[in-house]
Amino acid sequence: MSAAEQMPGAIHAGNPLYRFRKRINFVLLGVSSLALAFGLFWLVWIFGTLLYEGGTALARASLYYQMTPPPGADGGLANAIAGSLVMVSAGTLLGTPVGVLAGTYLAEYGRRGWLAGATRFLNDVLLSAPSIVIGLFVYSVYVAKVRHFSGWAGAVALALIVIPVVVRTTDDMLKLVPNTLREAAMALGSPIWKTVVFVTYRAARTGILTGILLAVARISGETAPLLFTALNNQFWSNNMNAPMANLPVVIFQFAMSPYEDWHRLAWGGAALITIAVLILNILARALFRKSD
Amino acid sequence: METGSAMAAARPMIETVVRAASAEETVPVADLKPKLRIRKLDFYYGGFQALKNVTLDIAERKVTAFIGPSGCGKSTLLRTFNRMYALYPDQRAEGEILMDGENLITTKQDVSLIRARIGMVFQKPTPFPMSIYDNIAFGVRLFERLSRREMDERVEWALGRAALWNEVKDKLTQSGQSLSGGQQQRLCIARGIAIKPEVLLLDEPCSSLDPISTAKVEELIHELKSDYTVVIVTHNMQQAARVSDYTAYMYLGELIEYDVTDTIFITPKKPQTEDYITGRFG
Repeated sequence: MSAAEQMPGAIHAGNPLYRFRKRINFVLLGVSSLALAFGLFWLVWIFGTLLYEGGTALARASLYYQMTPPPGADGGLANAIAGSLVMVSAGTLLGTPVGVLAGTYLAEYGRRGWLAGATRFLNDVLLSAPSIVIGLFVYSVYVAKVRHFSGWAGAVALALIVIPVVVRTTDDMLKLVPNTLREAAMALGSPIWKTVVFVTYRAARTGILTGILLAVARISGETAPLLFTALNNQFWSNNMNAPMANLPVVIFQFAMSPYEDWHRLAWGGAALITIAVLILNILARALFRKSD
Repeated sequence: METGSAMAAARPMIETVVRAASAEETVPVADLKPKLRIRKLDFYYGGFQALKNVTLDIAERKVTAFIGPSGCGKSTLLRTFNRMYALYPDQRAEGEILMDGENLITTKQDVSLIRARIGMVFQKPTPFPMSIYDNIAFGVRLFERLSRREMDERVEWALGRAALWNEVKDKLTQSGQSLSGGQQQRLCIARGIAIKPEVLLLDEPCSSLDPISTAKVEELIHELKSDYTVVIVTHNMQQAARVSDYTAYMYLGELIEYDVTDTIFITPKKPQTEDYITGRFG
Protein backbone atom coordinates (compact mmCIF):
# COMPACT_ATOMS: atom_id res chain seq x y z
CA MET A 1 0.00 0.00 0.00
CA SER A 2 1.45 3.36 -1.00
CA ALA A 3 1.50 6.36 1.35
CA ALA A 4 -1.26 8.06 -0.60
CA GLU A 5 -3.67 5.18 -0.01
CA GLN A 6 -3.28 5.08 3.77
CA MET A 7 -6.39 5.74 5.83
CA PRO A 8 -6.27 9.17 7.51
CA GLY A 9 -6.16 7.81 11.08
CA ALA A 10 -3.31 5.39 10.34
CA ILE A 11 -0.82 8.22 9.79
CA HIS A 12 -1.05 9.68 13.27
CA ALA A 13 -1.13 6.66 15.57
CA GLY A 14 2.39 6.16 16.93
CA ASN A 15 3.80 8.45 14.26
CA PRO A 16 7.62 8.44 14.43
CA LEU A 17 7.85 12.07 13.27
CA TYR A 18 5.56 13.11 16.09
CA ARG A 19 7.55 11.15 18.69
CA PHE A 20 10.77 12.66 17.40
CA ARG A 21 9.30 16.15 17.70
CA LYS A 22 8.19 15.45 21.26
CA ARG A 23 11.65 14.29 22.22
CA ILE A 24 13.26 17.41 20.68
CA ASN A 25 10.74 19.55 22.52
CA PHE A 26 11.63 17.84 25.82
CA VAL A 27 15.37 18.32 25.32
CA LEU A 28 15.04 21.98 24.31
CA LEU A 29 12.73 22.73 27.23
CA GLY A 30 15.29 21.17 29.56
CA VAL A 31 18.21 23.15 28.11
CA SER A 32 16.38 26.47 28.23
CA SER A 33 15.22 25.85 31.79
CA LEU A 34 18.83 25.19 32.79
CA ALA A 35 19.94 28.41 31.10
CA LEU A 36 17.23 30.30 32.96
CA ALA A 37 18.26 28.76 36.28
CA PHE A 38 21.90 29.62 35.56
CA GLY A 39 21.08 33.28 34.91
CA LEU A 40 18.73 33.57 37.86
CA PHE A 41 21.26 31.92 40.17
CA TRP A 42 23.80 34.73 39.74
CA LEU A 43 21.17 37.43 39.91
CA VAL A 44 19.73 36.08 43.14
CA TRP A 45 23.22 35.61 44.58
CA ILE A 46 24.23 39.18 43.74
CA PHE A 47 21.03 40.66 45.08
CA GLY A 48 21.09 38.45 48.17
CA THR A 49 24.71 39.33 48.99
CA LEU A 50 23.96 43.02 48.51
CA LEU A 51 21.03 42.90 50.89
CA TYR A 52 22.92 40.75 53.39
CA GLU A 53 26.07 42.89 53.43
CA GLY A 54 24.39 46.23 52.93
CA GLY A 55 21.30 45.55 55.03
CA THR A 56 22.78 46.72 58.32
CA ALA A 57 24.11 49.92 56.73
CA LEU A 58 20.75 50.57 55.02
CA ALA A 59 18.89 50.15 58.30
CA ARG A 60 20.92 52.87 60.05
CA ALA A 61 19.31 56.30 59.73
CA SER A 62 22.72 58.00 59.85
CA LEU A 63 23.37 56.63 56.33
CA TYR A 64 20.89 59.14 54.98
CA TYR A 65 21.85 62.30 56.90
CA GLN A 66 25.55 62.09 57.77
CA MET A 67 28.40 62.96 55.44
CA THR A 68 30.97 60.49 54.17
CA PRO A 69 33.37 60.07 57.09
CA PRO A 70 37.17 59.86 57.32
CA PRO A 71 38.34 56.36 58.10
CA GLY A 72 37.47 55.22 61.60
CA ALA A 73 34.82 57.88 62.21
CA ASP A 74 31.07 57.47 62.15
CA GLY A 75 29.27 58.71 59.03
CA GLY A 76 26.79 58.20 56.24
CA LEU A 77 26.33 58.81 52.52
CA ALA A 78 24.10 61.91 52.59
CA ASN A 79 26.37 64.01 50.37
CA ALA A 80 26.84 61.16 47.89
CA ILE A 81 23.09 60.42 47.73
CA ALA A 82 22.32 64.11 47.19
CA GLY A 83 25.08 64.48 44.61
CA SER A 84 23.87 61.45 42.68
CA LEU A 85 20.28 62.72 42.74
CA VAL A 86 21.36 66.15 41.50
CA MET A 87 23.62 64.89 38.71
CA VAL A 88 21.23 62.16 37.55
CA SER A 89 18.39 64.72 37.46
CA ALA A 90 20.52 67.27 35.62
CA GLY A 91 21.77 64.62 33.19
CA THR A 92 18.22 63.46 32.51
CA LEU A 93 16.95 67.01 32.06
CA LEU A 94 19.79 67.79 29.65
CA GLY A 95 19.61 64.56 27.68
CA THR A 96 15.88 63.87 27.46
CA PRO A 97 14.78 66.82 25.27
CA VAL A 98 17.63 66.21 22.84
CA GLY A 99 16.84 62.49 22.75
CA VAL A 100 13.10 62.91 22.28
CA LEU A 101 13.53 65.53 19.56
CA ALA A 102 16.13 63.49 17.69
CA GLY A 103 13.96 60.38 17.97
CA THR A 104 11.02 62.39 16.64
CA TYR A 105 13.07 63.49 13.67
CA LEU A 106 14.05 59.90 12.90
CA ALA A 107 10.52 58.50 13.17
CA GLU A 108 8.38 61.34 11.82
CA TYR A 109 10.43 63.43 9.43
CA GLY A 110 13.44 61.48 8.28
CA ARG A 111 11.97 58.07 7.54
CA ARG A 112 13.62 58.09 4.18
CA GLY A 113 16.90 59.58 3.09
CA TRP A 114 20.46 58.96 4.12
CA LEU A 115 20.59 61.41 7.03
CA ALA A 116 18.17 59.46 9.19
CA GLY A 117 19.83 56.17 8.34
CA ALA A 118 23.28 57.48 9.21
CA THR A 119 22.00 59.11 12.40
CA ARG A 120 20.28 55.92 13.48
CA PHE A 121 23.46 53.92 12.88
CA LEU A 122 25.69 56.36 14.78
CA ASN A 123 23.18 56.47 17.59
CA ASP A 124 23.33 52.70 17.90
CA VAL A 125 27.12 52.93 18.08
CA LEU A 126 26.83 55.57 20.80
CA LEU A 127 24.31 53.37 22.59
CA SER A 128 26.88 50.65 23.04
CA ALA A 129 29.90 52.93 23.57
CA PRO A 130 31.76 52.06 26.78
CA SER A 131 30.85 54.65 29.40
CA ILE A 132 34.50 55.17 30.29
CA VAL A 133 35.02 56.54 26.78
CA ILE A 134 32.26 59.05 27.39
CA GLY A 135 33.86 60.00 30.70
CA LEU A 136 37.24 60.54 29.04
CA PHE A 137 35.60 62.52 26.25
CA VAL A 138 33.95 64.95 28.66
CA TYR A 139 37.19 65.08 30.63
CA SER A 140 39.18 66.15 27.60
CA VAL A 141 36.71 68.66 26.12
CA TYR A 142 35.37 70.14 29.37
CA VAL A 143 37.23 69.23 32.58
CA ALA A 144 40.68 69.70 31.04
CA LYS A 145 39.66 73.07 29.55
CA VAL A 146 38.23 74.57 32.74
CA ARG A 147 40.91 72.84 34.80
CA HIS A 148 38.69 71.44 37.53
CA PHE A 149 36.25 68.59 38.09
CA SER A 150 32.64 69.62 38.51
CA GLY A 151 29.06 68.49 38.98
CA TRP A 152 28.17 69.97 35.59
CA ALA A 153 30.81 67.88 33.86
CA GLY A 154 29.28 64.81 35.54
CA ALA A 155 25.80 65.82 34.43
CA VAL A 156 26.97 66.34 30.85
CA ALA A 157 28.64 62.91 30.78
CA LEU A 158 25.44 61.30 32.08
CA ALA A 159 23.37 63.24 29.53
CA LEU A 160 25.55 61.81 26.76
CA ILE A 161 24.55 58.34 27.96
CA VAL A 162 20.87 59.29 28.24
CA ILE A 163 20.62 60.67 24.70
CA PRO A 164 21.15 57.49 22.64
CA VAL A 165 18.85 55.46 24.91
CA VAL A 166 16.04 58.00 24.61
CA VAL A 167 16.60 58.49 20.87
CA ARG A 168 16.27 54.78 20.29
CA THR A 169 13.15 54.24 22.40
CA THR A 170 11.43 57.37 21.09
CA ASP A 171 12.16 56.33 17.51
CA ASP A 172 10.91 52.78 18.15
CA MET A 173 7.80 53.83 20.03
CA LEU A 174 6.77 56.43 17.45
CA LYS A 175 7.24 53.88 14.69
CA LEU A 176 4.79 51.61 16.51
CA VAL A 177 2.06 54.23 16.11
CA PRO A 178 -0.04 53.08 13.14
CA ASN A 179 0.24 55.22 10.04
CA THR A 180 -3.55 55.31 9.77
CA LEU A 181 -3.61 57.53 12.85
CA ARG A 182 -1.23 60.01 11.21
CA GLU A 183 -3.24 59.92 7.99
CA ALA A 184 -6.44 60.53 9.94
CA ALA A 185 -4.96 63.66 11.52
CA MET A 186 -3.52 64.87 8.21
CA ALA A 187 -6.88 64.26 6.53
CA LEU A 188 -8.39 66.91 8.82
CA GLY A 189 -5.86 69.41 7.50
CA SER A 190 -3.42 69.14 10.38
CA PRO A 191 0.18 70.18 9.71
CA ILE A 192 2.84 67.59 10.54
CA TRP A 193 3.97 69.23 13.77
CA LYS A 194 0.45 69.29 15.20
CA THR A 195 -0.06 65.70 14.20
CA VAL A 196 3.14 64.77 16.04
CA VAL A 197 2.51 66.83 19.17
CA PHE A 198 -1.18 66.13 19.64
CA VAL A 199 -1.66 62.69 18.12
CA THR A 200 1.44 60.53 17.77
CA TYR A 201 3.13 61.73 20.98
CA ARG A 202 -0.04 60.95 22.86
CA ALA A 203 -0.29 57.54 21.31
CA ALA A 204 3.35 56.77 22.16
CA ARG A 205 3.70 58.65 25.44
CA THR A 206 3.90 55.69 27.82
CA GLY A 207 6.51 54.05 25.62
CA ILE A 208 8.59 57.22 25.48
CA LEU A 209 8.25 57.73 29.24
CA THR A 210 9.31 54.14 29.84
CA GLY A 211 12.42 54.76 27.74
CA ILE A 212 13.28 57.83 29.82
CA LEU A 213 12.86 55.88 33.07
CA LEU A 214 15.11 53.12 31.75
CA ALA A 215 17.71 55.74 30.81
CA VAL A 216 17.55 57.12 34.36
CA ALA A 217 18.02 53.61 35.71
CA ARG A 218 20.98 53.13 33.40
CA ILE A 219 22.84 56.28 34.49
CA SER A 220 22.17 55.95 38.23
CA GLY A 221 24.81 53.25 38.51
CA GLU A 222 27.41 54.63 36.11
CA THR A 223 30.84 55.06 37.73
CA ALA A 224 33.34 55.53 34.95
CA PRO A 225 31.93 58.75 33.43
CA LEU A 226 31.71 60.38 36.88
CA LEU A 227 35.21 59.33 37.91
CA PHE A 228 36.66 61.56 35.20
CA THR A 229 34.19 64.41 35.55
CA ALA A 230 32.55 64.97 38.93
CA LEU A 231 35.27 63.10 40.80
CA ASN A 232 34.13 63.09 44.42
CA ASN A 233 33.70 65.32 47.45
CA GLN A 234 34.05 64.48 51.13
CA PHE A 235 31.61 67.22 52.05
CA TRP A 236 28.17 68.49 51.25
CA SER A 237 28.26 70.70 48.18
CA ASN A 238 25.51 72.58 46.39
CA ASN A 239 27.94 73.97 43.86
CA MET A 240 27.57 72.31 40.48
CA ASN A 241 30.82 74.00 39.43
CA ALA A 242 32.81 72.14 42.07
CA PRO A 243 33.63 68.45 42.40
CA MET A 244 30.57 66.61 43.60
CA ALA A 245 30.07 63.50 45.70
CA ASN A 246 28.12 60.67 44.14
CA LEU A 247 27.26 57.11 45.09
CA PRO A 248 29.07 55.13 42.39
CA VAL A 249 32.44 56.80 42.90
CA VAL A 250 32.09 56.65 46.71
CA ILE A 251 31.34 52.93 46.44
CA PHE A 252 34.39 52.54 44.21
CA GLN A 253 36.72 54.38 46.60
CA PHE A 254 35.34 52.95 49.82
CA ALA A 255 35.26 49.40 48.55
CA MET A 256 38.92 49.63 47.47
CA SER A 257 39.98 50.98 50.87
CA PRO A 258 41.36 48.83 53.72
CA TYR A 259 38.86 50.18 56.28
CA GLU A 260 36.09 47.98 57.62
CA ASP A 261 33.60 50.82 58.26
CA TRP A 262 34.11 52.21 54.74
CA HIS A 263 33.38 48.75 53.37
CA ARG A 264 30.09 48.71 55.23
CA LEU A 265 29.11 52.07 53.76
CA ALA A 266 30.09 50.90 50.26
CA TRP A 267 27.82 47.86 50.63
CA GLY A 268 25.04 50.13 51.84
CA GLY A 269 25.47 52.45 48.84
CA ALA A 270 25.56 49.53 46.40
CA ALA A 271 22.36 48.07 47.86
CA LEU A 272 20.73 51.50 47.74
CA ILE A 273 21.51 52.01 44.03
CA THR A 274 20.38 48.50 43.13
CA ILE A 275 17.08 48.92 44.94
CA ALA A 276 16.54 52.32 43.30
CA VAL A 277 17.22 50.85 39.84
CA LEU A 278 14.92 47.93 40.62
CA ILE A 279 12.13 50.32 41.58
CA LEU A 280 12.66 52.38 38.42
CA ASN A 281 12.45 49.25 36.28
CA ILE A 282 9.29 48.05 38.01
CA LEU A 283 7.80 51.52 37.59
CA ALA A 284 8.65 51.52 33.88
CA ARG A 285 7.07 48.10 33.44
CA ALA A 286 3.94 49.01 35.36
CA LEU A 287 3.59 52.19 33.33
CA PHE A 288 4.02 50.39 30.04
CA ARG A 289 1.56 47.67 30.99
CA LYS A 290 -1.06 50.19 32.01
CA SER A 291 -1.12 51.61 28.51
CA ASP A 292 -2.29 48.33 26.95
CA MET B 1 -20.50 29.03 -13.08
CA GLU B 2 -22.67 27.52 -10.34
CA THR B 3 -22.06 30.41 -7.96
CA GLY B 4 -22.44 32.85 -10.82
CA SER B 5 -25.96 31.80 -11.65
CA ALA B 6 -26.86 31.69 -7.96
CA MET B 7 -25.80 35.30 -7.66
CA ALA B 8 -27.69 36.17 -10.80
CA ALA B 9 -30.80 34.77 -9.22
CA ALA B 10 -30.33 37.20 -6.33
CA ARG B 11 -30.29 40.10 -8.73
CA PRO B 12 -33.97 41.05 -8.60
CA MET B 13 -33.40 41.74 -4.90
CA ILE B 14 -30.75 44.33 -5.67
CA GLU B 15 -33.03 45.89 -8.24
CA THR B 16 -35.79 46.31 -5.68
CA VAL B 17 -33.31 47.97 -3.35
CA VAL B 18 -32.14 50.30 -6.10
CA ARG B 19 -35.64 51.32 -7.10
CA ALA B 20 -36.64 51.98 -3.50
CA ALA B 21 -33.58 54.11 -2.84
CA SER B 22 -33.95 56.33 -5.87
CA ALA B 23 -37.46 57.66 -5.51
CA GLU B 24 -36.20 61.12 -6.43
CA GLU B 25 -35.06 61.79 -9.96
CA THR B 26 -31.33 61.51 -10.69
CA VAL B 27 -30.06 63.46 -13.65
CA PRO B 28 -27.94 61.57 -16.17
CA VAL B 29 -24.17 61.64 -15.79
CA ALA B 30 -23.81 63.97 -18.78
CA ASP B 31 -25.95 66.65 -17.11
CA LEU B 32 -24.84 66.40 -13.48
CA LYS B 33 -23.58 69.46 -11.62
CA PRO B 34 -19.95 68.62 -10.90
CA LYS B 35 -18.18 69.36 -7.63
CA LEU B 36 -15.00 67.61 -8.70
CA ARG B 37 -13.94 67.14 -12.29
CA ILE B 38 -11.35 64.43 -12.83
CA ARG B 39 -9.58 64.57 -16.16
CA LYS B 40 -7.10 62.07 -17.60
CA LEU B 41 -5.80 61.06 -14.18
CA ASP B 42 -2.83 58.72 -14.00
CA PHE B 43 -1.42 57.53 -10.71
CA TYR B 44 1.81 55.74 -9.88
CA TYR B 45 3.12 53.84 -6.87
CA GLY B 46 6.79 54.10 -7.75
CA GLY B 47 6.96 52.34 -11.13
CA PHE B 48 3.53 50.72 -10.90
CA GLN B 49 0.68 52.51 -12.61
CA ALA B 50 -2.44 52.16 -10.44
CA LEU B 51 -4.79 54.52 -12.30
CA LYS B 52 -5.00 54.78 -16.05
CA ASN B 53 -6.51 57.79 -17.73
CA VAL B 54 -9.47 58.16 -15.38
CA THR B 55 -12.01 60.83 -16.35
CA LEU B 56 -15.25 61.47 -14.50
CA ASP B 57 -17.31 64.16 -12.76
CA ILE B 58 -18.35 63.87 -9.13
CA ALA B 59 -21.80 65.35 -8.62
CA GLU B 60 -22.33 68.06 -6.04
CA ARG B 61 -24.43 67.04 -3.01
CA LYS B 62 -24.92 63.54 -4.27
CA VAL B 63 -23.45 60.24 -3.21
CA THR B 64 -21.05 58.65 -5.66
CA ALA B 65 -19.90 55.08 -5.11
CA PHE B 66 -16.74 53.46 -6.45
CA ILE B 67 -17.02 49.70 -6.80
CA GLY B 68 -14.73 47.05 -8.20
CA PRO B 69 -12.61 44.09 -7.11
CA SER B 70 -9.68 44.49 -4.69
CA GLY B 71 -6.73 46.28 -6.22
CA CYS B 72 -8.78 47.95 -8.95
CA GLY B 73 -7.70 51.43 -7.83
CA LYS B 74 -10.90 52.70 -6.24
CA SER B 75 -9.23 53.58 -2.91
CA THR B 76 -6.27 55.02 -4.78
CA LEU B 77 -8.62 57.26 -6.75
CA LEU B 78 -10.26 58.42 -3.53
CA ARG B 79 -6.89 59.20 -1.97
CA THR B 80 -5.91 61.46 -4.84
CA PHE B 81 -8.83 63.81 -4.13
CA ASN B 82 -7.39 65.05 -0.82
CA ARG B 83 -3.76 64.54 -1.87
CA MET B 84 -3.30 61.85 0.79
CA TYR B 85 -0.73 60.30 -1.50
CA ALA B 86 1.49 63.36 -1.06
CA LEU B 87 2.56 61.96 2.33
CA TYR B 88 4.54 59.33 0.46
CA PRO B 89 7.25 60.60 -1.87
CA ASP B 90 7.21 57.54 -4.14
CA GLN B 91 3.58 58.12 -5.07
CA ARG B 92 2.57 60.62 -7.73
CA ALA B 93 -0.43 61.68 -9.74
CA GLU B 94 -0.64 63.22 -13.22
CA GLY B 95 -3.65 64.81 -14.82
CA GLU B 96 -6.34 67.08 -13.45
CA ILE B 97 -8.59 67.05 -10.41
CA LEU B 98 -10.54 70.26 -10.67
CA MET B 99 -12.45 71.76 -7.77
CA ASP B 100 -13.92 75.20 -8.43
CA GLY B 101 -11.72 75.40 -11.53
CA GLU B 102 -8.48 74.78 -9.61
CA ASN B 103 -6.32 71.75 -10.31
CA LEU B 104 -5.70 70.15 -6.93
CA ILE B 105 -2.68 68.23 -8.17
CA THR B 106 -0.65 71.22 -9.26
CA THR B 107 -2.14 73.95 -7.08
CA LYS B 108 0.06 76.15 -4.93
CA GLN B 109 -2.65 76.07 -2.30
CA ASP B 110 -1.52 74.57 1.00
CA VAL B 111 -2.34 70.89 1.13
CA SER B 112 -3.76 71.32 4.67
CA LEU B 113 -6.41 73.66 3.28
CA ILE B 114 -7.38 71.18 0.58
CA ARG B 115 -7.73 68.46 3.19
CA ALA B 116 -9.85 70.70 5.38
CA ARG B 117 -12.21 71.23 2.42
CA ILE B 118 -12.19 67.55 1.43
CA GLY B 119 -12.65 65.38 4.51
CA MET B 120 -11.93 61.69 4.71
CA VAL B 121 -13.05 58.72 6.80
CA PHE B 122 -10.94 55.58 6.71
CA GLN B 123 -11.63 51.89 6.55
CA LYS B 124 -10.55 51.20 10.12
CA PRO B 125 -11.83 53.49 12.85
CA THR B 126 -8.99 55.81 13.86
CA PRO B 127 -9.99 57.63 17.04
CA PHE B 128 -7.19 59.80 18.40
CA PRO B 129 -5.82 58.91 21.83
CA MET B 130 -7.77 61.69 23.52
CA SER B 131 -11.24 62.32 24.89
CA ILE B 132 -14.35 62.00 22.73
CA TYR B 133 -14.80 65.77 22.98
CA ASP B 134 -11.21 66.50 21.94
CA ASN B 135 -11.42 64.03 19.07
CA ILE B 136 -13.97 66.39 17.52
CA ALA B 137 -12.42 69.62 18.77
CA PHE B 138 -8.92 68.80 17.46
CA GLY B 139 -9.88 69.25 13.82
CA VAL B 140 -12.08 72.27 14.49
CA ARG B 141 -9.31 74.08 16.36
CA LEU B 142 -7.00 73.76 13.35
CA PHE B 143 -8.88 76.39 11.40
CA GLU B 144 -11.30 78.07 13.80
CA ARG B 145 -11.00 79.93 17.09
CA LEU B 146 -14.21 79.21 18.93
CA SER B 147 -15.36 80.12 22.42
CA ARG B 148 -15.95 77.27 24.84
CA ARG B 149 -19.70 77.54 24.29
CA GLU B 150 -19.43 77.61 20.50
CA MET B 151 -17.14 74.60 20.62
CA ASP B 152 -19.58 72.73 22.87
CA GLU B 153 -22.31 73.45 20.35
CA ARG B 154 -20.17 72.30 17.43
CA VAL B 155 -19.24 69.06 19.17
CA GLU B 156 -22.88 68.36 19.99
CA TRP B 157 -23.92 69.21 16.44
CA ALA B 158 -21.32 66.92 14.86
CA LEU B 159 -22.00 64.03 17.21
CA GLY B 160 -25.72 64.54 16.62
CA ARG B 161 -25.30 64.40 12.85
CA ALA B 162 -23.30 61.20 13.22
CA ALA B 163 -26.11 59.68 15.32
CA LEU B 164 -23.74 59.28 18.26
CA TRP B 165 -24.73 62.12 20.60
CA ASN B 166 -27.25 60.15 22.66
CA GLU B 167 -24.77 57.36 23.26
CA VAL B 168 -21.85 59.52 24.37
CA LYS B 169 -23.30 62.77 25.74
CA ASP B 170 -22.65 61.68 29.34
CA LYS B 171 -19.07 60.55 28.76
CA LEU B 172 -17.51 63.18 26.52
CA THR B 173 -14.35 63.21 28.66
CA GLN B 174 -13.77 59.49 28.20
CA SER B 175 -11.16 58.30 25.73
CA GLY B 176 -12.38 57.96 22.17
CA GLN B 177 -10.66 54.61 22.07
CA SER B 178 -12.94 53.25 24.80
CA LEU B 179 -15.90 53.21 22.39
CA SER B 180 -17.04 50.16 20.44
CA GLY B 181 -15.93 49.74 16.82
CA GLY B 182 -19.18 51.07 15.37
CA GLN B 183 -19.21 54.02 17.73
CA GLN B 184 -15.57 54.75 16.92
CA GLN B 185 -16.35 54.88 13.22
CA ARG B 186 -19.28 57.23 13.79
CA LEU B 187 -16.94 59.33 15.97
CA CYS B 188 -14.57 59.54 13.00
CA ILE B 189 -17.43 60.59 10.74
CA ALA B 190 -18.47 63.20 13.31
CA ARG B 191 -14.87 64.42 13.41
CA GLY B 192 -14.87 64.65 9.63
CA ILE B 193 -18.06 66.69 9.36
CA ALA B 194 -17.26 68.89 12.38
CA ILE B 195 -14.77 70.84 10.29
CA LYS B 196 -17.51 71.37 7.68
CA PRO B 197 -15.76 70.15 4.55
CA GLU B 198 -17.41 70.51 1.15
CA VAL B 199 -16.61 66.97 0.11
CA LEU B 200 -16.56 63.87 2.30
CA LEU B 201 -14.56 60.85 1.18
CA LEU B 202 -15.48 57.52 2.76
CA ASP B 203 -13.04 54.68 2.21
CA GLU B 204 -14.96 51.46 2.95
CA PRO B 205 -16.38 53.03 6.10
CA CYS B 206 -18.47 49.99 7.05
CA SER B 207 -16.07 47.14 6.38
CA SER B 208 -15.23 46.66 10.05
CA LEU B 209 -18.74 47.26 11.35
CA ASP B 210 -21.60 44.96 12.32
CA PRO B 211 -24.91 45.18 10.40
CA ILE B 212 -26.60 47.48 12.91
CA SER B 213 -23.76 50.00 12.91
CA THR B 214 -23.61 49.68 9.12
CA ALA B 215 -27.28 50.55 8.87
CA LYS B 216 -26.73 53.62 11.06
CA VAL B 217 -23.79 54.79 8.97
CA GLU B 218 -25.74 54.27 5.74
CA GLU B 219 -28.65 56.24 7.09
CA LEU B 220 -26.19 58.94 8.01
CA ILE B 221 -24.70 59.01 4.49
CA HIS B 222 -28.18 59.44 3.14
CA GLU B 223 -28.73 62.48 5.35
CA LEU B 224 -25.30 63.94 4.71
CA LYS B 225 -25.85 64.46 1.03
CA SER B 226 -28.19 67.37 1.65
CA ASP B 227 -25.08 69.38 2.63
CA TYR B 228 -22.06 67.47 1.44
CA THR B 229 -20.73 65.89 -1.69
CA VAL B 230 -20.10 62.30 -0.63
CA VAL B 231 -17.82 59.80 -2.35
CA ILE B 232 -17.79 56.27 -0.99
CA VAL B 233 -15.60 53.29 -1.80
CA THR B 234 -17.27 50.01 -1.00
CA HIS B 235 -16.87 46.29 -1.53
CA ASN B 236 -20.51 45.72 -0.79
CA MET B 237 -22.63 46.10 -3.90
CA GLN B 238 -25.90 46.19 -2.01
CA GLN B 239 -24.46 49.08 -0.06
CA ALA B 240 -23.52 50.94 -3.23
CA ALA B 241 -27.02 50.30 -4.53
CA ARG B 242 -28.63 51.48 -1.31
CA VAL B 243 -26.69 54.68 -0.64
CA SER B 244 -25.45 56.07 -3.91
CA ASP B 245 -26.88 58.18 -6.72
CA TYR B 246 -24.01 57.50 -9.11
CA THR B 247 -21.78 54.45 -9.34
CA ALA B 248 -18.43 53.98 -11.00
CA TYR B 249 -17.19 50.49 -11.76
CA MET B 250 -13.40 50.21 -11.88
CA TYR B 251 -11.16 47.38 -12.93
CA LEU B 252 -7.35 47.22 -13.02
CA GLY B 253 -6.91 50.96 -12.68
CA GLU B 254 -9.40 51.85 -15.39
CA LEU B 255 -12.84 53.36 -15.12
CA ILE B 256 -14.98 50.80 -16.94
CA GLU B 257 -18.41 52.30 -16.55
CA TYR B 258 -19.83 55.31 -14.76
CA ASP B 259 -23.52 56.03 -14.62
CA VAL B 260 -26.58 56.62 -12.54
CA THR B 261 -26.67 53.85 -9.91
CA ASP B 262 -29.96 52.40 -11.21
CA THR B 263 -28.53 52.08 -14.68
CA ILE B 264 -25.33 50.43 -13.47
CA PHE B 265 -27.22 47.85 -11.45
CA ILE B 266 -30.15 47.21 -13.77
CA THR B 267 -29.02 47.88 -17.32
CA PRO B 268 -25.23 48.15 -17.38
CA LYS B 269 -23.88 48.86 -20.84
CA LYS B 270 -20.59 46.97 -20.54
CA PRO B 271 -20.62 43.18 -20.19
CA GLN B 272 -17.69 43.42 -17.69
CA THR B 273 -19.81 45.53 -15.36
CA GLU B 274 -22.70 43.12 -15.63
CA ASP B 275 -20.38 40.20 -14.84
CA TYR B 276 -19.13 41.91 -11.70
CA ILE B 277 -22.55 43.05 -10.53
CA THR B 278 -24.06 39.61 -10.95
CA GLY B 279 -21.11 37.89 -9.31
CA ARG B 280 -20.14 36.05 -12.48
CA PHE B 281 -16.81 37.86 -12.34
CA GLY B 282 -13.48 36.06 -12.72
